[in-house]
Amino acid sequence: MTRYTSATDPEREQMLATIGVGEVGELFADVPEKLRLTRPLDLEDGLAETEVYERLRALAARNADAESELCFLGGGMYDHYSPAIVDAITSRSEFLTPYTPYQPEISQGGLQTMFEFQTAMSELTALPVASAGLYEGPSSVAAAGYLAIAATKRRRFVASAGVHPHSRATLATYSRGFRAEVAEVSLADGLTEPEALAEAIDAETAAVFVQNPNYLGAIEDLEPLAEAAHAAGALLVVSCDPISLGVLRPPGEAGADVAVGEGQPLGGRLDYGGPSFGFFCAREEHMRRMPGRIAGETTDVDGRRGFVLALQTREQHIRREKATHNICTAQALNALGGMIYLSWLGKRGLVELGELLARRTAYACGRLSAVAGIELLHEAPVLREFAVTLDAPVEAVLDHCAEHGVAAGIQLNGDYPDHGDGLLIAITERHSVADIDRLTAALGTAITEISSARAAVGGSDREGVGTG
Amino acid sequence: MSEGRGLPQAGTGSPPSGSCTETPMQRERAVTIYERSVAGRRAAVLPEAGVPETPLGELIPAHLLRQRPAELPEISEPEIVRHYNRVSRRNFDLDSGFYPLGSCTMKHNPRINERVAALPGHARLHPAQRDGRAQGALELMWNLERALSEICGLPHVSLQPSAGSHGELAGLLLTRAFHASNGEEEKRTKVLTPDTAHGTNPASVTMAGYEVVKVATAADGGVDLDDLRSKADGETACLMLTNPNTLGLFDSNIAEITQVVRAAGGTLYYDGANLNAIMGKVRPGDMGFDIIHVNLHKSFSQPHGGGGPGAGPIAVSERLAPYLPVPRIERLESGNGAGPHFRLSSEQPDSIGRLRGFQGNFGVFVRSYAYILSLGGDGLQEASETAVLNANYLLALMRTGRTGTHLPLAFERTPMHEFVLSGKPAKKVLGVKTLDIAKRILDHGMHPPTIYFPLLVDEAMMIEPTETETKESLDAFAAAIDSILTEAEENPAILVNAPYTTPVRRLDEVAATRNPILRQPLA
Repeated sequence: MTRYTSATDPEREQMLATIGVGEVGELFADVPEKLRLTRPLDLEDGLAETEVYERLRALAARNADAESELCFLGGGMYDHYSPAIVDAITSRSEFLTPYTPYQPEISQGGLQTMFEFQTAMSELTALPVASAGLYEGPSSVAAAGYLAIAATKRRRFVASAGVHPHSRATLATYSRGFRAEVAEVSLADGLTEPEALAEAIDAETAAVFVQNPNYLGAIEDLEPLAEAAHAAGALLVVSCDPISLGVLRPPGEAGADVAVGEGQPLGGRLDYGGPSFGFFCAREEHMRRMPGRIAGETTDVDGRRGFVLALQTREQHIRREKATHNICTAQALNALGGMIYLSWLGKRGLVELGELLARRTAYACGRLSAVAGIELLHEAPVLREFAVTLDAPVEAVLDHCAEHGVAAGIQLNGDYPDHGDGLLIAITERHSVADIDRLTAALGTAITEISSARAAVGGSDREGVGTG
Repeated sequence: MSEGRGLPQAGTGSPPSGSCTETPMQRERAVTIYERSVAGRRAAVLPEAGVPETPLGELIPAHLLRQRPAELPEISEPEIVRHYNRVSRRNFDLDSGFYPLGSCTMKHNPRINERVAALPGHARLHPAQRDGRAQGALELMWNLERALSEICGLPHVSLQPSAGSHGELAGLLLTRAFHASNGEEEKRTKVLTPDTAHGTNPASVTMAGYEVVKVATAADGGVDLDDLRSKADGETACLMLTNPNTLGLFDSNIAEITQVVRAAGGTLYYDGANLNAIMGKVRPGDMGFDIIHVNLHKSFSQPHGGGGPGAGPIAVSERLAPYLPVPRIERLESGNGAGPHFRLSSEQPDSIGRLRGFQGNFGVFVRSYAYILSLGGDGLQEASETAVLNANYLLALMRTGRTGTHLPLAFERTPMHEFVLSGKPAKKVLGVKTLDIAKRILDHGMHPPTIYFPLLVDEAMMIEPTETETKESLDAFAAAIDSILTEAEENPAILVNAPYTTPVRRLDEVAATRNPILRQPLA
């Protein structure tokens, strides 16, 4: 019996009689016989709700989540505290279950929250036009590339190595379709150098991509980077952490043409990577090239204030092959969650959170750099995430910390081979001073024990200890 | 939407209009959260830092700092809750009533799915957690991949794409990589799409660097085979198709269609938006397709959230598997009697690369996996059969009498899970457009069908009831359409001025585009 249907056998009979067929199979007559699946799907039979719950609970129990261990993982998604009102409001049927607001008269709730969200994102980034949101961070970076091609008629991108590795990889994937090429500029002491950037930019460059704070946690000075881009007629695209915008100079003020980013830090669940949302803000001149939905204010026939999807002629359902992007279903519910979170923090709360993160991160940097075998990877200013180099194989250190219930950070060796035993550590307001002390102790003990084990076996085969 | 009831009834003359008969909801004008803001109010209380309160300027150079705080609402928690409760009531939603939006598969969203997605082991699992410590998540993703592979009849799956359109882009980039490996990337520049295709198809084609070539629709609503044969050639990179198509019709020539394109050297892409019609009945892989995207927010019950989140996993044939996005999930036998082990692998030399960050919309995977476990193989098949039964029953009610006269079926064939009516006679004879009928449906406390799509049907109305609707709700919808058409026969102005009872009435969309106000102006 199908779950979630209502038709009883007599009702089915009655419906078939009304249609004028004897059985449901006749309605599938157009499916050629030789193509039909003549066996049952090779899937388990349906389970009772209690069994489904147990099955999923058992799977969930095999994950080391941030509730069961101390989590210092970041790299674009952070374990911030999400206030109870976010789940309470976003789980209301009125927000959870409608489709995209194609009928504005009965979708004012969704449209108005989009408008509020656009206002908040525009304020945070100091750019006048904000869309109602895209899928997530890295694909929003790629969407900015598509806009830049349309705006400049050029097909080359320059990306700082400080941009999230996933964003650079996504931009490269999309660029194959855009028929564009991507050049990369490496970091110097954790930061993007304006001179090196300027050298990489040429007359064919459509956009320059930087991230702030960058992947290694360093706060970039955006203004000279914007100047380098603009000197060659390229756009500056800044991928930014929305939490940082409470205290850091907004990209719009520093000269960015487009600001994008990952919305998860705004009270979103970690969810092993999604769903979250991406945000996309730009200067006025790019308004009609923006990707995705945008809500606009208008009035109804009686003069009442209302909201609609504005500038729809940019979109795929109207414009088809000439659309500014192919996106249809985005992440509206997650963007609403972000707006609720921003309302909860409010004007002062977002600043206070930034200050709290900066202070605790400074404390963590101080504590860790005092440990023998741990050095800060760069000296650039940081806000809530920083990188260190360990004098021990990073995998072995992480294994050791995990045994003590600490997810100490993200290893850098995969994406930054120059930083072999580098570790990226993120601090949120959930980490008390005691938690940071525990991280310090766990890393210190790990390094000491691995070093003494290494000394005991002759100290020659460092790699062997780490990857065993 | 309780105001949706107690409407002006058919035949009772002109319905009320103007401010004197405003509904309570209409009297409650829209107020944004910014307009509820009062300086000095707040909701959040943050923990004490527990460390010295060093001024920010001593930690970060002043020129990197913000000079003036961002304008965010200043509002207390009770007022946030009230604000969003009020705002939410200005939405119509699937839990409140019938939602026959064609091509969108608005089926019930089971709440068990929400419960299991919220388990901390899912919701608070960091995406950079190392594979060995996320085995439950990787096994869940593996199991979902296998289930989708079986349902689609294609051997390899990537869950990564975030929505259907993202899956389309992925499929076209796979196509590009496939042709490149044969030395044909520069030669194969065209993608064939029927003129009935979803708008995302041509938009994705352009983003992937291809040119759209439209294939005509034959008199029976299927692909015009002669037109296809004349257009499939050495420049063809791919054919994108959905079957049943956007008219709700299954193309019986599908084997021949896929054969023509395959012989011309193109890949075959199946837009899975209409998968809800065929689960357990016929599989895209068996029809000859290479790539399919699956909208987990349609056939697999992920709530639509007012415009997402969704997910658009792709399943592919052997010949396209080497190019799938990374990371891929690998299942390894432990060999020591313990269970299998799962890991993420990015070591795929021919992969197109990443399409987004991390592993995809995992929270959506949890919900859809729970849905598949709940229904099982037989349940999925019955869901499709019931979806087709419901659509055909509703059509049977609507194809006779007044509705049959004014809103005839666009193509005289047995549809599957959805069907398309043409409002051309209603427009010509009654002087009411499909838009007017749709707006009047709003007054009946129901969501209108998809309108003006597909483009080849004049005044189109595309109706998809889904399997989770009752016979009563189908009967009520057919009766509502009949009463609306009765009104139209007597006084078309009633429709032309509808709706009357919604939180706002018809909105000036032209002004919103001509003089866009896209954010709140702040002092």
